[in-house]
Amino acid sequence: MTSYHLDHLQHLETEAIHIMREVAGEFERPALLFSGGKDSICLLRLAEKAFRPSELPLPLLNVDTGHHFPELNEFRDRRAQQLGAKLIVRRVEDAIASGAALPAPGEVSRNRLQIPVLLAAIEEYRFDACIGGARRDEERARAKERFFSFRDSFGQWDPKNQRPEIWNLYNGRLNPGDNMRVFPLNNWTETDVWEYIRQEELEVPSIYFSHRRPCVRRGGQWLPVNAILPPRPAETVRDLVVRVRTIGDIISTGLVESPAATVDDIIAEIAAARVTERGSRADDRASEAAMEDRKKAGYF
Amino acid sequence: MFTEEILAAPPVHVPVGILRFNTCGSVDDGKSTLIGRLLYDSKSLLEDQLEALERSADLTGGGAINLANLTDGLRAEREQGITIDVAYRYFATPRRKFIIADTPGHVQYTRNMVTGASHANLSIVLVDARLGVIEQSRRHTAIASLLRIPHLVVAINKMDLVGWSEARFHEIRGQFEAFLPRLDLQDVKFIPISALHGDNVVTPSVRAPWHPGPTLLGHLEGVHIGSDWNLNGFRLPVQWVNRPNHPTDARLHDFRGYSGQIAGGIVRPGQRVLVLPAGLVTTVKEIWTYDGSVPEAFCPQSITLVLADDLDAGRGSMIIGLDHHTGTGTDLQAKVCWMHSRPLERGKKYFLKHTTSTVQAVVTELTHRLNIETLEPEPAPAALAMNDLGEIRLRVAQPLYYDSYAVNRLTGSFILIEPGANATVAAGMLLPARAAVKPEMGDFII
Repeated sequence: MTSYHLDHLQHLETEAIHIMREVAGEFERPALLFSGGKDSICLLRLAEKAFRPSELPLPLLNVDTGHHFPELNEFRDRRAQQLGAKLIVRRVEDAIASGAALPAPGEVSRNRLQIPVLLAAIEEYRFDACIGGARRDEERARAKERFFSFRDSFGQWDPKNQRPEIWNLYNGRLNPGDNMRVFPLNNWTETDVWEYIRQEELEVPSIYFSHRRPCVRRGGQWLPVNAILPPRPAETVRDLVVRVRTIGDIISTGLVESPAATVDDIIAEIAAARVTERGSRADDRASEAAMEDRKKAGYF
Repeated sequence: MFTEEILAAPPVHVPVGILRFNTCGSVDDGKSTLIGRLLYDSKSLLEDQLEALERSADLTGGGAINLANLTDGLRAEREQGITIDVAYRYFATPRRKFIIADTPGHVQYTRNMVTGASHANLSIVLVDARLGVIEQSRRHTAIASLLRIPHLVVAINKMDLVGWSEARFHEIRGQFEAFLPRLDLQDVKFIPISALHGDNVVTPSVRAPWHPGPTLLGHLEGVHIGSDWNLNGFRLPVQWVNRPNHPTDARLHDFRGYSGQIAGGIVRPGQRVLVLPAGLVTTVKEIWTYDGSVPEAFCPQSITLVLADDLDAGRGSMIIGLDHHTGTGTDLQAKVCWMHSRPLERGKKYFLKHTTSTVQAVVTELTHRLNIETLEPEPAPAALAMNDLGEIRLRVAQPLYYDSYAVNRLTGSFILIEPGANATVAAGMLLPARAAVKPEMGDFII
């Protein structure tokens, strides 16, 4: 071997592994946020690369909004079991039943309600660091995100007052009640994620691939018809060949018409795409600063 | 044309490297426009981003699309028309992937530029062709030199406003070359551009036939970055001890590995290494990775080392090669950039994080302030304020094992953390140590 060069995936991988190990080395009670989505699937493989042959030194945590795609939850549970990892699931339904989360009159989306459930889980388990799969290229408020993103005891993000991150030296010091959100995939793009899935031959939930599904057109998007999202009287249900590009809740995840049946197809489709990944997320389209506002309140 | 070549090439299956660069500019020199131009002309902007730009143009731009809105991600930034924090942008061509650290030009300038530049292979210093070299240009160049960024590009922008004058280009180049010898920069490239109109950014300009090329993007794609990492002197700061303690699998029951990211050099099984601070020499038995054992690993790969002997080592230990020893000591000399509104004063205590070890430190001397344009030492003030550069001495509670920053950016750098508030208050670059480490207790060498 004469070449001491890393290609872009090796470069991103070693950076992410370094960050995961810093978390294991500096925090008492870390957790890894695992939704079953493509980004957190990469996170899990990176955790294996960081910590094997040991068991993963941190549990997996997921907030189930009650509006998840069933394919996603099935995959999440199966993958956690394959890895022998401890999976903690906290449900927005339970929080509503107990009064810990209160939907506003007519509020259907679980987008806002998942925030107190996440914060309550962090408090219940006294997690001091939560690793998440967010990426800077997803959304422009995230472009200023740190690798170690400090949150105060209310879970708030203060984008104007972040700790500078210099070289690969991350400041993980916390006072009691503070929490760190850690984003090892910060420098990854959507293409990088899929190229890594291809390289590592990682399984992903079936809804990422093209399938036939009844859909309705709403707010300029195709949304999946099911029990949570019945068609309105004026809407026509169409049977389309679609896939998801990014997975949120059923009611906010726009489906894209696509014949992409393999990871290679998806990579080619992204290369030719004319809209960004989160262009299909109704939750981000609410306003120009929708993501910034949710992050300040404790969202990922 | 260049653009067509890019688009015609296959988009996938090409092993490409990553180039990280930062852009430095002052207010109104067109930095955000340049980044917007790079993204736009390399077809890295997509329809919903353009739509969002057009929506915000109606609010703030009086109808015209403002490429600067692409990089200003926070609401306050868009409303106030300023950039608050370092923003990161991503784009790719078939030849390379790029990570841009966009550092704002005014608020907390030095702090932001040091942050953005600390990861960079290359810095772009933007100069307004009408103004020529100004104080800010000298500052940006000085900081690039202080941080030892391997490559510098001076992009002389707004050439359209000086009639694409070759004489003006050479005049500005001459102004730069007058002060470059005082700084420590290895590779400096001058490129005349118009970010607003796109000349020489992605596509060659027909208006500057006297410029032989390359375009800015052509240079970013081609600049040699293979030797930017230090491959002399093996260094592995231990991040995490990997002990499965498996109850039934005998091999895993006894497995003990030292996990970390190589901060310098190359390692191979059979190699003799020194484990610090224990001071003991042992042999590398195996380089374990998830994808199997490997015959060789190099900086900056993440690995797990299995050693021939059970030693006392943990997070904060450093495993080094025997050919290039680190320096060591508790009395450190360093250049620092101060990053916090509470000033640095002599006698103050901080936590110092160096590689994977965090120790207590006290500032024993404020030796100099460094001139922010020339890096020349000036008489020490009573305190270093935010965005000041200085040279200080520190005493640490346990010996550090380190290289000078000039030799290794990863083992020669540190941050200071203020106890209580936990703020990151300084970026530090170590000067050479007075003593090199020696294996102790020769009798115990195995």
